[in-house]
Amino acid sequence: MSDFFTVSIIIATLASGIRLAVPFLLAALGEAVGQRAGVLNLGVEGVMLIGAFAAYYAALEWDSAALGLLMGLLVGMVMGLIYALITVVMHAEQGISGIGIYLFGLGFTDLLFQKLVGTPRSIDGLQTRPLNWLADDTGRAGELLFSHTILTYVAFLLVPVIYWLITKTTFGLNVRAVGENPQAADTLGVSVNGIRTAAIIIGNTMAGLAGAVLALEVQIFQQNLTAGRGFIAIALVYFGAWRPVGVMAGSLLFGIVSSTVLRLQVEGIISGSVASIANMAPAVLTVIVLVVVSRRIGQPAALTRPFTRDG
Amino acid sequence: MLKMSDNQQRFSGGYDVGRFFRPFAGLAVPAGAVVAALAVGAILLGVFGANPLTGYRELFTGAFGGPDELAATALKSIPLMLVGVGICIAFRTGVINIGGEGQIIMGAILATLVALALPDVPRPILVPLVMIAGGVGGGIWGAIPGALKAYSGVNEILSTIMMNIIAGFFMSFLLEDWLIAPGEIKIQQTKRLTQNADLPILPGGTRLHLGIVVALIVAILGYLLLFRSSLGMRLRAVGHNPHASRAAGMRVEMSITQALAFSGACAGIAGAVLVFGSESHRLIGEGGPLAFTQSAGFNGIVTALFGGLHPLFTVLSSYLFGGMLAGGISLQRAVQVPQALVIALNGVVVVFVVGSLKLRARVQRWAEGDIQMEDRA
Repeated sequence: MSDFFTVSIIIATLASGIRLAVPFLLAALGEAVGQRAGVLNLGVEGVMLIGAFAAYYAALEWDSAALGLLMGLLVGMVMGLIYALITVVMHAEQGISGIGIYLFGLGFTDLLFQKLVGTPRSIDGLQTRPLNWLADDTGRAGELLFSHTILTYVAFLLVPVIYWLITKTTFGLNVRAVGENPQAADTLGVSVNGIRTAAIIIGNTMAGLAGAVLALEVQIFQQNLTAGRGFIAIALVYFGAWRPVGVMAGSLLFGIVSSTVLRLQVEGIISGSVASIANMAPAVLTVIVLVVVSRRIGQPAALTRPFTRDG
Repeated sequence: MLKMSDNQQRFSGGYDVGRFFRPFAGLAVPAGAVVAALAVGAILLGVFGANPLTGYRELFTGAFGGPDELAATALKSIPLMLVGVGICIAFRTGVINIGGEGQIIMGAILATLVALALPDVPRPILVPLVMIAGGVGGGIWGAIPGALKAYSGVNEILSTIMMNIIAGFFMSFLLEDWLIAPGEIKIQQTKRLTQNADLPILPGGTRLHLGIVVALIVAILGYLLLFRSSLGMRLRAVGHNPHASRAAGMRVEMSITQALAFSGACAGIAGAVLVFGSESHRLIGEGGPLAFTQSAGFNGIVTALFGGLHPLFTVLSSYLFGGMLAGGISLQRAVQVPQALVIALNGVVVVFVVGSLKLRARVQRWAEGDIQMEDRA
């Protein structure tokens, strides 16, 4: 009996780890596209917060999780346009303007929440589980793989999609070209600013979606809801060496570590202080991976460098 | 990287028509950026049904309306000044330090540990000691990503962000069990620390304490370091052109590590001030790291940029932004718009200021009569 209990807990923990990985995965995949085009967006955290609030508020007002998702996506897109204006058109320093976007998102969502909602009210999450019918017949493995909401599948399907987009399409070729050598790409007639703008919009839309998924997952909003997840997502891009599969591995690592720590704490197996140390582990590991990665693989050559014709 | 065009035209020869305008031309654009940000704020106030003029008047009187308000503004500005001076040092060396939050926390932790270990040391010794401990804690937390960047090529933006996360969990680790105040209710905070480490209140009848003097001393030291020492000359040289600096025989790796260590030390002192200058005189982790640091690690970047990456101007800009934070409270009271508005506006200011840096450089060159030359280059 206790054996069964343990196995089912491990399955449940892994399954929730996969679920917790989704916001990381969406935000980091989007950020990877932007960075491949040579644009660092440190504002992911802020865009996630704005996406999360938009989703929360839409879901609260219209009673529809799907509309919430849509709103998260849309505000992400708008933030992408704004960020493209700042970095591509105005040539602002990318690292710092990202911090500006973060502060704006942090303050603005808190402001809207206090003004429009006030007392926290919970919303309904998205409950569409398209593969649930498979879970009953396939036992524990089935629970692990088939019990998720549609968002989880969409997020993980985006891994091959983004891989295909970056490596197999003309758009992806252009993205890599403007990220590695914008002058050469420009000479060949590629619109550097156009490609970068498109990549930024893709990235921010996915960040907005990541925030929306998070809000629908926890079914509540509060100040600083994302609690650093957007910053971790940026680190995951480096962790995964700018490759979608690597990004996915990193997201799963962070997700599963958090779910395991949470579970161990709930079960009373580890104390709060041990949980803090365990929660630190992915960040420490990321620093170590950064040391290894920076020796082995170079980042996109033109990352953070604004493009001008005269170099 | 951010490169301020200081003095780059000094040796350009010919009659310098813009000589008299230079100090003002550089300021015109950031001032415009703030006006633009305040306009955004006015729109937001209007949307929420508040009279923008009333709102801003409340913000202003709440920040600068009397001795108590001026003191409250000074108190809010201390962490911004300290972090901001550190940011000046890092950015001038071409290193982006996003790790202020973590450096504040580690400074606060080390200072707290010193106060816990030496509660009976007399106040005139213990107060400087905990400030130094804060500097050491933050300095170490800055030196690590500095060395990783210099010797292993690890992107400092990423590593400092990770160091923030690690520091946040480290604080909650310590306060979860070891350093937590004894009592029935478990709140993540230490006991009230020894009175011998309290920052003394300055005379004048306000709540202003010695922390402001500490911040001003650090700012002056930061200025002397950057602009009046050979060490600072090397740091700025590395910031302008690391390759040329290396060719000139400078140890670029050492400079980068030093810059982040100094930068972290300044933030660490801010952490110590946040503990020993607070009303509770405790290290408080309840509510998460952001609640303890009050985002000073990020807001210090804002004030440093706004101060043109000059330590002394950063003191001024920090005081202005401290005024926004202090005035935000009376804004909330008067027109029922949450003070979170101020954080949002800070973000808008950052975006406008960095967005206008290119424009600023152009205006400055125009004022110096060198625009045609630049265009040809």
